[in-house]
Amino acid sequence: MLIEARDVPNLGFNFDLYSRNDMLTKKGLKPPGYLKTGTTIVGLIYKEGVILGADTRATAGPIVADKNCEKIHYMAPNIYCCGAGTAADTEAVTDNISSQLKLHRYHTGRESRVVTALTLLKSHLFRYQGHVSAALVLGGVDLTGPHLHTIYPHGSTDTLPFATMGSGSLAAMAIFESEYREGLTRDEGVNLVTKAICSGIFNDLGSGSNVDICVIEKGKKEYLRNHLTPNPRTYISSKGYAFSKKTEVLLTKITPLKELVDVVQVGGDGMEE
Amino acid sequence: MPSEQKLGSAIVDTVFANMVSSQNESSLLSSEGDSQRTQYPYVTGTSVIGIKYKDGILMAADMGGSYGSTIRYKSVERLKQVGKHSLIGASGEISDFQEILRYLDELILHDSMWDDGNSLGPKEVHNYLTRVLYNRRNKFDPLWNSLVLGGVKNGQKYLGSVSMIGVHFEDDHVATGFGNHLARPILREEWREDLTFEEGVKLLEKCMRNLLYRDRSAVNKLQIAKITEEGLTISQPYSLKTFWNFAAFKNPTVGAEGSW
Repeated sequence: MLIEARDVPNLGFNFDLYSRNDMLTKKGLKPPGYLKTGTTIVGLIYKEGVILGADTRATAGPIVADKNCEKIHYMAPNIYCCGAGTAADTEAVTDNISSQLKLHRYHTGRESRVVTALTLLKSHLFRYQGHVSAALVLGGVDLTGPHLHTIYPHGSTDTLPFATMGSGSLAAMAIFESEYREGLTRDEGVNLVTKAICSGIFNDLGSGSNVDICVIEKGKKEYLRNHLTPNPRTYISSKGYAFSKKTEVLLTKITPLKELVDVVQVGGDGMEE
Repeated sequence: MPSEQKLGSAIVDTVFANMVSSQNESSLLSSEGDSQRTQYPYVTGTSVIGIKYKDGILMAADMGGSYGSTIRYKSVERLKQVGKHSLIGASGEISDFQEILRYLDELILHDSMWDDGNSLGPKEVHNYLTRVLYNRRNKFDPLWNSLVLGGVKNGQKYLGSVSMIGVHFEDDHVATGFGNHLARPILREEWREDLTFEEGVKLLEKCMRNLLYRDRSAVNKLQIAKITEEGLTISQPYSLKTFWNFAAFKNPTVGAEGSW
């Protein structure tokens, strides 16, 4: 039986372009891929500890999926980790290792060390041969002092005085390479990290919105969420978005439904056939 | 009559078969397979950075010519004078740059043969280069360069850049290659209209040092060129000082002996 075009309902998936896409793929056209979340994440070591910084934009291809996401993840009271790459991967891997660290703290009765988190993360990522797409900047202060590491998706690590990762890493690294010195004070460090993240936000398309900072020292930490918001909404209507008064009610009439059929239960359970 | 018809149809059949087979071979990307010309660069120069400053234009480029991943040549002059008023800096394929210099030589020669008291300024040279590069790209035979063109004529400063596909624009500060990612953020933060010569050189050196640390094809031997209304000077090659004494570099495994 032939179905005419107008009989086909206008719901669900539309496969009209399937044969055309298939023909194009056979001719060599690659369909657009989904990029990883663009990011700028940085860390640096200053006089008393470690400062981590991150932007707050999460992208899905060319669209900004989350304007204000959190990229600085908690690992331990004295260790935090910034994550770039696939958001689900960074979230899952840092949560997992954070749990393992907590169990380890219960087992040993001691504060976690940064190298412990480092080894757990790198072993996990190496085991997955780069398929867990998480590039991390791990920083913290333990009894051996402040530490800062970068971890790449395949499982290699570096120990650095200052580090940047993500699509905005070159813009941020330009700032660090020209202005970083050893023995910065807390305020100088925070300013430099903010400057580097802003460089990523304004010069890289994959990064944007606000600056998050986390300062970790021996015995204490400060999580400065939205430390700087250099991208506010510029034009907001002063009238707001209240709509004019709703439709007036002129008349209310209630008509009860009349029963047309009497339902009688003939023995047994109502549920039986 | 039947034989003629058969012959006719045989010709039609072969013609049709040829058409069909060529259609099967063609794909969206067939044009690259057809061309016999240069499709990739061999000996390349890395970034060039240019800025406008108070009296004119400052440009910096290192002297490296890389052959793939080897740094093959370490004394390649990538900043050259063009006529009376302009300075060109090139990144990309060195042989194509040398060809461009020959074209510019001819251009300037023909211009001076007019002997009319006028000489080509940086704006005109930039436009000429744009036309050359864009037309070559349209013929799928590009000159594989990104050029920076700067100069001063009649007190007007001009700084522009052209890429190998013909994208051209004019700006207060330009960079090619890796300089786009590493130098541009610094220039956007720190460039000012009224930079003095010393401040301009310091800014360029800051960017070049950054590139030296983070671009694998950079070499520590650079030239800085200055062009003003008075004329052009290209400095002698010199090296930048670098700093490697961070505690984390000297002792990366402190507190965790045996890790890496």
